[in-house]
Amino acid sequence: MRILLAALAATSVLAGAAQAASVYPLDRATILAGSPFDFKVELDSVVKPEDVRITVNGEDYSQAFGAPAQFVEAEQGKDGKTFGSALLLRALKLDRPGTYTVEVSAGSEHKRVSWDVFAAPAPGRARNVIFFLGDGLSVAHRTGARLMSKGMTEGKANGRLNMDDLDHMAFIGTSSTNAIATDSANTMSAYMTGHKTAVNALGVYADRTPSPFDDPKVETIAEAVRRTTGKAIGVVSTAELEDATPAAVVAHTRLRAEKAAIVGDFYAVKPDVMLGGGSAYFLAKTVPGSKRKDDKNYIELFKDAGYTLVTDKAELAALAGGSGKVLGLFHTGNMDVTLDREFLKKGTVAKFPNQPGLVDMTRAALERLAQNPNGFFLMVEGASVDKMSHPMDWDRALFETIEFDQAIGVAREFVKTHPDTLIVVTGDHTHGVSIIGTIDDDKPGSEMRDKVGVYAAAGFPNYTDENGDGFPDRVDVSRRLAVFSSNFPDYYETFRPKLDGPFEPAVKNEKGEYVANAAYKDVPGAVLRVGNLPKDADTAVHAVDDVVLQATGPGADDFKGYMEESDVYRVLATALGLGAPAKP
Amino acid sequence: MRAADERTAALSGRCGSVSVRRRRLLQSLLALPLGLPLGPALAATPGLEFGELYGKVSVLGLEFSDKVKALAGQAVTMRGFMAPPLKAEARFFVLTEIPMALCPFCSSDADWPDNIVVVYLDHRQTFVQANARIEVRGRLEVGSWTDPETGFVSLLRLRGAEFRSD
Repeated sequence: MRILLAALAATSVLAGAAQAASVYPLDRATILAGSPFDFKVELDSVVKPEDVRITVNGEDYSQAFGAPAQFVEAEQGKDGKTFGSALLLRALKLDRPGTYTVEVSAGSEHKRVSWDVFAAPAPGRARNVIFFLGDGLSVAHRTGARLMSKGMTEGKANGRLNMDDLDHMAFIGTSSTNAIATDSANTMSAYMTGHKTAVNALGVYADRTPSPFDDPKVETIAEAVRRTTGKAIGVVSTAELEDATPAAVVAHTRLRAEKAAIVGDFYAVKPDVMLGGGSAYFLAKTVPGSKRKDDKNYIELFKDAGYTLVTDKAELAALAGGSGKVLGLFHTGNMDVTLDREFLKKGTVAKFPNQPGLVDMTRAALERLAQNPNGFFLMVEGASVDKMSHPMDWDRALFETIEFDQAIGVAREFVKTHPDTLIVVTGDHTHGVSIIGTIDDDKPGSEMRDKVGVYAAAGFPNYTDENGDGFPDRVDVSRRLAVFSSNFPDYYETFRPKLDGPFEPAVKNEKGEYVANAAYKDVPGAVLRVGNLPKDADTAVHAVDDVVLQATGPGADDFKGYMEESDVYRVLATALGLGAPAKP
Repeated sequence: MRAADERTAALSGRCGSVSVRRRRLLQSLLALPLGLPLGPALAATPGLEFGELYGKVSVLGLEFSDKVKALAGQAVTMRGFMAPPLKAEARFFVLTEIPMALCPFCSSDADWPDNIVVVYLDHRQTFVQANARIEVRGRLEVGSWTDPETGFVSLLRLRGAEFRSD
C-alpha cells in the first residue's frame, strides 16, 4: 500500500510539472494567417532568461517569430503574490498557413501546444456578411416565437419565421476555456476573433495577472476588416453598445464590465455605423447620467471624427438617403424591449418614448453600409432575448425573438438585390427554457398548476394577430404558452405575463442571498418555487446546451455538423477573404 | 468595482405620495421606542420621491429637477429599497425605487438601475431585508462625487443619514 501511494505521488508530481507552463494562444488554437496576436508563456517558477528554451516546429522561436519575447522575471498577483516568470511577445504575425508546434521548457516545466494557421485568400466568396446574434437564442425561443407570431393548426405551423428558411445549419458548442458554462463575452469573442477564451473576456486570452488590460490580445473581426479590406463595418444592438456582444466586435479586455474603456475600443476602430443604447458611457462624468469616471466626451469625439449623431427614431429615419458615418444612441442604458416599447409602455419607455426597434436599426444600417463599393460586415444583436430570459420573463423574451426574426426579414429582402451577401443567424449560448404546453385559465381547479395543459390537454394557444404585425395583439390571452426554466433562484411563479414591467424574480437579502421578490407574492395564484440554483444566483442562468446556427448565401455551405464558436470565425474570415495581405 | 450612475428614472410613481393616513402612521411609529430616533419632526422634513429627481431626461444626459436643486443641502426624506452594500465595510448603500437584484442579467457587471440615490449613514446600521421598504432621512447632496474607498461615482447622495423600516 505504501509503495502504491508513493508511486501515485510520483506520478502526480510528474504530471503536474509537465503541465506547469501555460502558453497563449492555447493548444489547438486556429489563427487567421497574417492576423496579429500576442504570444505569452507563463511559468510557475521564477527562472533565468537563459534557462528558457522555446522552439517552433523545432526552430528557435525568436527566429521563427522574427523577434524575441520580453522576459518578465516574476509576475505579480494581487496582494503582492509572486507568480513565476513570463515571456511576452506582442502583435506577432504568422503569414504562412500550416501547423505550428510550440515547445517550451524551463527547468522542470514543459509545455507543448499546436496552432493551426489558416489561409483566407482574397477575394472571398461574400462581398458582405450580416451576422445576426440572438443573445441566449435557444430552440424554445424559436418555437415560441413561431407559435405566437404565426399560430398553428392541426399540428402544422400556420407560417414560417424568416430564420426558418435559411438553408445551412450547424450545431455550435459554446463552452469557454475555463468551464463548460459560458457567458456572452467569451462566446461572442470566439465568434469575432476565432479564439475561445474565458468567461467575461473579450478579444484576449485570460492571463494570470490582475490587470484587465494586459492580457494577450487577439485580433477582432472589425480590426481584420480594417487591416485587410476597404469594407464598411456596422454594429447594431438593442443593448448598450458597450455590452458584451457588440463590444466583442472591437474590444480587448479581460473584464466585460470595463465599459468605459470599451467605448475607447469603438473609437479606435470607428465602425461606420453604430446603433444601440449605452450613451451613459459616452458622456463625461460631470454630465448627470454619465457612467464614466473621467472627463472624456465621446459624443464630441465621434462628432469630431465625422459621425452624424442620432438619438431617436425620427432622427434615425431622417438618415435615409444620406451618407457618412453614423452614431445612433437611443438610451442611456439598455434599450427597452419590444413588448414595453410598442405595446405596454412600461420599463423606461416614459423617459425614452421614441426609441427605434431592431428592424428600423437594421434597415438604416444596411442602407448606409451598402453604399460602400467594397462591401461590409454588419453585426446585429437581438440582445434582450437573453435579458428577458434571465428573469424568466418569457413573453418579453419571445417578443424579442419575433422582433429579431423581423430584422432577419429585412436582411433577407436585402439579399434579393445583393446576392453576394452571407447571412448568419445564431445564438451565443442557450437558456434552460422549454415550452411544455399551455396555461388555460378556463381549466377547472383552484390552483394555477391545475390550469397547465400538457400532452393532449395542452391544445393550442389562442393568441390573435388581427393587425398582422407579427406580434400577438395581447399576451394575456386565456390559453397561452406554458414556458418554464430548468433552473431558477427562489421566486414566485405567477403563471401569467408581467404586464407592469419586466419580471424581477429575486432580490438580495442581508446575508447576500437571493430570495423570492415579495412584490409578486400576492399575485392571484402565485406560488413560491424554491430555487435549485446556489443562493448567490440572482436569476436563471445560461445553459450549456448547443446553439443552432443557420445561414444562407456564399460561404454558408461551410456550416455543417458540430462546430465550435471559434470555427465560425474561420467561415466568416474565409467568406470575406480576410487573409489578404495588410492594406498599404 | 464600477461607476455608480444616475441614469434616467423609470418613473411609475410607485412610491406615491405620503398620504395623510400614512403620515399619521409614521408619526405614531416614531413615537414608539423601537425604531432608531430619526430626529425631530420627520413629517416636517420635505419628502423627495424617485419620480422627482430629474427634470429632463435625454440620451445626452439628465438634468436635476427644480425640486432637487431647491432642496440641495437640506434634510429630506426618501422612501425606497436598500440594495445590499457593495462591500461589508462600505459606509454607504444604494437606495432604489423598487427591490432589485444588483445585476439582473449577468454574473460580472454591477450595473445599477435607472434611478438610485447613494446613502451615507451617520453611524452603522444593520442592513435590512431588501424586500422591506425603508424611509431614509439625510442631507441631500447634489453633484458628481467619487467615493474614495470604493471608487463609486454618484450624483445624488443623502449624507448624515438614518433609516428605519417604512
